[in-house]
Amino acid sequence: MSQTRWLPYLLIAPATLFLGAIFVVPLVQTILLSFNGGAGGVFANYQRMMGDLNFGVSLRNTFLLVVTVVPLQMALAIGMGLMLQKLTHGRELVLWIWTIPLGVSDLAAGLVWFAILQNTGYFNTLLFHLGLISGPTAWLNSETPYTLFIAVVVAEIWRSTAVVLVVIVAGLQLIPKEFGEAAEIFGASPLKKFVRVTLPMLKPSLQSALILRTVLAFEVFASAYAIGGRNIPVLVGEAYVWQRENQNYSVAAAYAVLIMIISLSATWVYLRLLRENPEAQA
Amino acid sequence: MRQMLKLKASSALVAAAMLAFVPVAKAQELIFLSTQLRPIDEAQKVRDVILKGAPKTTYVVDEPSPFTVRMKAEVDTNTHTISLLGALHGELQPLVPMGALDPIDDVAASLKDRGIPAGLMELGKLGTVKQMYIPWMQATYVMVVNKKALPYLPAGADVHSLTYQQLAEWGKNIQDKTGQRRIGFPAGPKGLLARFLQGNLYPSYTASMVTEYRSKEAEAMWGDFKAVWAQANPNSTSYDFMQEPLMAGDVWIAWDHIARVKDALQQAPDDYLVVAPPAGPKGRAYMPVVAGLAIAKGAPDRKGAAELIAHLTKPETQVVTASEVGFFPVVSATLPADLSPGVKLLAQGVAETQSAKDAVVALLPVGLGDKGGEFNKVYMDTFQRIVLRQEPIRATLDAQADVMRGLMDATKAPCWAPDKPSEGACPVK
Amino acid sequence: MIKLKTPQAGTALYGATITLLCAWVLVPIFLVALGAFGGRPAVYQWPKSLWPASLSFNQLAIFLQIDGVWNAALSSIIAASLTMLFSLALGAPAGYALARFSFRGAFVFRLMILLTRAFPLAILALPLTVLFIRAGLYDTALGVSLVHTALALPFAVMVTASLFAGIPRELEEAAWVFGCTRWQAVRKIVLPLALPGMVASAIFAFVISWNEVFAASVLTVQHRTLTAYLLTVLSESPLHYRFAGGFILIVPSIVFIFAVRRYLFALWGVTNR
Repeated sequence: MSQTRWLPYLLIAPATLFLGAIFVVPLVQTILLSFNGGAGGVFANYQRMMGDLNFGVSLRNTFLLVVTVVPLQMALAIGMGLMLQKLTHGRELVLWIWTIPLGVSDLAAGLVWFAILQNTGYFNTLLFHLGLISGPTAWLNSETPYTLFIAVVVAEIWRSTAVVLVVIVAGLQLIPKEFGEAAEIFGASPLKKFVRVTLPMLKPSLQSALILRTVLAFEVFASAYAIGGRNIPVLVGEAYVWQRENQNYSVAAAYAVLIMIISLSATWVYLRLLRENPEAQA
Repeated sequence: MRQMLKLKASSALVAAAMLAFVPVAKAQELIFLSTQLRPIDEAQKVRDVILKGAPKTTYVVDEPSPFTVRMKAEVDTNTHTISLLGALHGELQPLVPMGALDPIDDVAASLKDRGIPAGLMELGKLGTVKQMYIPWMQATYVMVVNKKALPYLPAGADVHSLTYQQLAEWGKNIQDKTGQRRIGFPAGPKGLLARFLQGNLYPSYTASMVTEYRSKEAEAMWGDFKAVWAQANPNSTSYDFMQEPLMAGDVWIAWDHIARVKDALQQAPDDYLVVAPPAGPKGRAYMPVVAGLAIAKGAPDRKGAAELIAHLTKPETQVVTASEVGFFPVVSATLPADLSPGVKLLAQGVAETQSAKDAVVALLPVGLGDKGGEFNKVYMDTFQRIVLRQEPIRATLDAQADVMRGLMDATKAPCWAPDKPSEGACPVK
Repeated sequence: MIKLKTPQAGTALYGATITLLCAWVLVPIFLVALGAFGGRPAVYQWPKSLWPASLSFNQLAIFLQIDGVWNAALSSIIAASLTMLFSLALGAPAGYALARFSFRGAFVFRLMILLTRAFPLAILALPLTVLFIRAGLYDTALGVSLVHTALALPFAVMVTASLFAGIPRELEEAAWVFGCTRWQAVRKIVLPLALPGMVASAIFAFVISWNEVFAASVLTVQHRTLTAYLLTVLSESPLHYRFAGGFILIVPSIVFIFAVRRYLFALWGVTNR
């Protein structure tokens, strides 16, 4: 059709204009702020950021968390999605239950996992009743860094897998049953069917879920702070500390720009690796 | 089904459109924005009890960070919705360079008969020559002791006048006999440990907050504090408010702001003692916390705000404030004998702290402009490096003293108590 | 050749896994409720008990009676509803464009959309507040919903794009052959199939708006959303209050997701049922 040339631009125009009006101006102002080092020069704020006590630690923690949490929950969500498909009775109920964490705020999620894992919490109560420990035991302080990390991973997976699940479930709906049935008739094992039929057809949803989830994962903050306090600094947390406590908006802006660059780079990588060409859908 | 969705959508849109354009606060409305008295029951008490008899006010609370952002935005856009501000000294300080506060020398003059101490009024000038805030209420930091810890007190130690070495010994006794470390400090992300370091530890050992930052006495101090920390509950780095670990029984000896231990005391007053903090070689230092009332520049209702200030500083209101929310009066007012037991404990502890024989007053920093946060950071970073990361004391102190020096030079803030007054920026030896 | 597996073992494992995963989700929620209803002493007990020794509706009752809590709830509902509408209205067309066309700037557009999530919002607080005051949107639910729409837009665009991409374009082309315009084809063929994606985006939009705290508190003075209202006052409140507040906030989201859950499954016969 002749409109094909300008139609896509028309379709993305409202969203673009909206973001331009609301978001771009404050964003540009803040980016400029990060480069306003005053007497110290253009990069003063970045130097301050990188020389800070917690910079290296927060960078490392954030990356570790993203690299651990995201693959685990992608696998979990795909598994959950497939299980939902096979379910005949109560599918809607189970889906609803599995999406409940979506409605849980950061405060409540951090609070409840802290309540579960703290010294006098539910997890220790369980272990105590099972006779595995003798009294309140610490899992979450500076002397137990590994269990602390695992605790944050668990809380994050609990809180945010539902996001990935919803996207994947919506995507699984569109895979025609016939493809799977054909595969079975030709003797494909469930694994082969999954790898050869389901996964490729799920690719657009997987890509979306992966990108969205990764960008959000680099913003991990509330869980880490609720569970770990000062013991597990993360990038967004440090940005907030500079803004709220140190009252230095410029260095906070520098952290935010760094986070943005990291997230967008990860997205760029995903978009290249999982490239989906609309024209190839013939 | 699609029709129904469309119908639902359009009616939602219409309803929302009608309600969404609710106008901004009307011109004469008196809005009182506060960072203090935020928790639900306290805010309700402000509305129902404390503001009774005052001009009609809308009481709104904000956390400190949105508070600062909001005031800066209102200044930048010359749009003013807030008339009266209630916040801590440290939170009002950055508003001065922003130009968000209206000088209130006239209000101060009308309140001369209230008996607000001159020292507090001086703090209210925030380093300028004009009165920027009127002191509203005061508090301080105390030590709370669960009576369960008393049997482990070292021989010869008096819980009402401990030294830091005795505190460390006490903690060690507790650990040896019970296997748990039960001293606690608010070293969490929102905890007030910085004030402990500035207001208690440093002045007690060095009689200074800034100038003697890296002196030999400071070195000894960090050594002693490391010994105390070794007996502290390692979860301290998550504690924001000590009332929770106290109520959970995780901590038996805690240091914190009185407002952050109040719940524990109210809930089980018979279980606790409130005592003065420990002393160092140079005395028993404490830091008074002052919350102040300021009028926003360009306030929609300056007259009403001034009336509110007068109301809140009336002796009767100050007494009611103390009984209801545990923040103590700044005016001359006698507290009634029938205070709730928890508040009574606090009052006793505060009195003990302020009237100790070896008491040293450490004032809140003045003249730091918007660098108050970075000032705290110097102390917290030193703490992190020396105590948590076990870095060598001398090297860390030297490095951090450089940062402090840079800060003082940048802000040109003159010294304040307990440091001796200085010409120009407070030096760091 | 079709391999036969013993059905029992497989089904039992399958059922057990599903139950385990449901418990994994529900137990923490139950614990939040426990913290909310169990009263002050319960949150500090050791060992903890799974059943409250004394049920206390005190905290919740107190919440529901605070000044302004119902107004705040109304503001939240308005903001969340507007966010849903705006994010779908802006996002679905863009998603369609990304899925159906290969055009220059698609890649950049994708990156730009994600910017709102790639940059921590609270750092933008000051310039955003200044912008909103100047635009006359300060202290309105509409203003808050606009920021929330920006946060929800990446979901709306990416999810609808992936859904549209999964719908074979042959279906639309067939419709064109039968005389439909592009728009009619979309309305009659594509949208019903894409309904799960639209509903998913709507859920994300609602939940994001409902749970968002920072923008909602800094951009409003007297017309706060419930979340901003409660979470601002809660951060210094005792522990059991925080559980109560957290619990109250969960309920509307859960109810909303329950109401739309079945639309997450497509209705067209071609797909699984």
